[in-house]
Amino acid sequence: MDIVKEVLEKQQRDLEKYKPITVDKHLEVRLDVGSLLCTDPNDLEDNQLKNNREQYLLDLTRDNTQLLINSVWELPTERIDECIVAKLPEPTTVLPRLRKVPGPKPLTKWEKFAKEKGIKKKKKDKKVYDTTLDKWVPTYGFKRADAEKEKEWVLEVPKNVDPNEDMFQKKIDLRNEKVAKNEIQRMKNIVRAKKVEVPRGGYFGPEVASSGQLLTAVTVAKSSTASVGKFQDKLPKEKQARGIGVKELIPGAKRKASHISAQPEKEVNLDLIKSVLNKKPKYDIEKAISIQKNEDKLQRETNPAEKGKKGKKGKGGKSGKGGKKPKGGRGQRAPGKKTAVGRKRR
Amino acid sequence: MSLMRIRKPKTRKGKQILLSREPQLIEPTRTMLFIDGRKCGGDIKSCMKDLQQLRKPLVKILNRKNDITPFDDPSSLEFLTMKNDCALFAFGSTSKKRPNNLILGRLFENEILDMIELGIKHYTSMSEFKTEKIGTNVKPCLIFNGPRWNQTEELRRLRNLLIDTFHKDKVDAIRLQGVEHVVSFTCTEDLTILMRSYKIMLKKSGQKTPRIELVEIGPSADFSIRRTKIASEDLYKQARKQPKQLQPKKKKNVTYDELGNTHGRVHLGKQNVTKIQTRRVKGLRKTPEEKRDSRQKKKELIKAAAKDLLKNAE
Repeated sequence: MDIVKEVLEKQQRDLEKYKPITVDKHLEVRLDVGSLLCTDPNDLEDNQLKNNREQYLLDLTRDNTQLLINSVWELPTERIDECIVAKLPEPTTVLPRLRKVPGPKPLTKWEKFAKEKGIKKKKKDKKVYDTTLDKWVPTYGFKRADAEKEKEWVLEVPKNVDPNEDMFQKKIDLRNEKVAKNEIQRMKNIVRAKKVEVPRGGYFGPEVASSGQLLTAVTVAKSSTASVGKFQDKLPKEKQARGIGVKELIPGAKRKASHISAQPEKEVNLDLIKSVLNKKPKYDIEKAISIQKNEDKLQRETNPAEKGKKGKKGKGGKSGKGGKKPKGGRGQRAPGKKTAVGRKRR
Repeated sequence: MSLMRIRKPKTRKGKQILLSREPQLIEPTRTMLFIDGRKCGGDIKSCMKDLQQLRKPLVKILNRKNDITPFDDPSSLEFLTMKNDCALFAFGSTSKKRPNNLILGRLFENEILDMIELGIKHYTSMSEFKTEKIGTNVKPCLIFNGPRWNQTEELRRLRNLLIDTFHKDKVDAIRLQGVEHVVSFTCTEDLTILMRSYKIMLKKSGQKTPRIELVEIGPSADFSIRRTKIASEDLYKQARKQPKQLQPKKKKNVTYDELGNTHGRVHLGKQNVTKIQTRRVKGLRKTPEEKRDSRQKKKELIKAAAKDLLKNAE
């Protein structure tokens, strides 16, 4: 017992040599070890703050830092490259973000439409077999253009077209037009995604607008009446705006197929319902006919003889298919005929 | 056309820059933009210099004078922060009306979220303390003293802003010997904020945890709060929203008991008893009569259908 006491006393003396690491606080301080943060809600001592400010602040901060360090030293540690590293927990203090949390990518007009209609993207093959060229041709990318050039080395000039017109150039123009249209649609998708309110081809001011834009603006404005500009007066030699994407801007210029048909609405709807409700099962007509024929033939075979029914023993009842059960070599043999003899051996 | 307003990047680098300005799931570290006002000298200049020193390398410093009054018209400030890709800013100016004026603020969606104007009452710069300094890029401990910090919304925001300004970067691990800097903010009754900065000395304590001693290294400043502009509750809440993808996923069907054992619950689908493979017993087989019956039934059905069809065809 003496030894134990001695050791304990020695340790006590050792500890007394050092200053303590414990701190007493009236209210507990709030720690956020993840961001090395400590908030001390205890009241400050006004008297000390006035008379001995710097020393008081130093002591106060020292105590709070000690508390923070105590909890940091308790964290699980790791040794990385000769130094001891404490793993910090997730910080509890939430700091504001710089930008919003990113949401899902907005759908393009086509993607939205395809989703509504349930249209799935079909994957194109990288190469398809071309019958005229008699070889495999890439559908896109490397050497696709070469293959096309090879295939369409000559182009037909239709009868109603000026024979001097360059059909190759026409084809290139058509393609360029498509590319431009696609680009405009891409831009429109971006505008839609950003939810920017933009005028649909209005007047942009004298500095910005080109003559083409002005013409577009006039055309759009004229057709923006209740009667889509039908009764608007025309100036002599007035031009209509033309070009890619202009038609979409002019109200009434691009008509959609009307949903109103010659039949009255009620009838159309009734037909639709009928077609859904009176669905009949599908029949394989040929198969059904062959079965029927077989039946008839069997009946003809069995009926005139009227031999009476076979004894229903064992695996009998094969009358449907006709013929007897193979006899497994026990029956009469026809020497000239070659028949499968015996049961099938495995 | 209207689409002319959408700028398309012309270079790869430009595209990267535009992409970096879009919302991101994990945001980069927050840099601070230091801007001088119409006049910026004396205490405010040295204060800005010390702040830059403490925040390096997450700083962007603009040295020219700027004719900006953030509280009247923040648009050019917003533009500058956007251009320099900064989330925080410190704006220093001095005038007769507001001598030694430091504006700390931060942005959300390219607009100022909150902005607090601090007047320097008393300042001692880092160079005036003739003590050993800390290393660069040290993550400081932050201490907030006084009960007032939690009492008003304004002070709570200021505390959050100060944390944002000084805490630098979020880290997962810290070198124990590298904890060597502490910044304390004390809010007194008359709403003066006393900022002090100390170097931490780790002393022996006879135990694993060391005893702490502090040495003041500066800067030390007494701030008074002047004008403030803090975000509305709604906007602040929106800005603090964390992405769901980053939140830890809840583990389903796993429980732990007091002994530290893990219990898992496994869900199986409903068993298909009819399809299950059992021993083949003769008694369970279909008798020839049953087989015949079922075949007959099927045939009759087909026959009826065929007759119907033939009749229709005629």
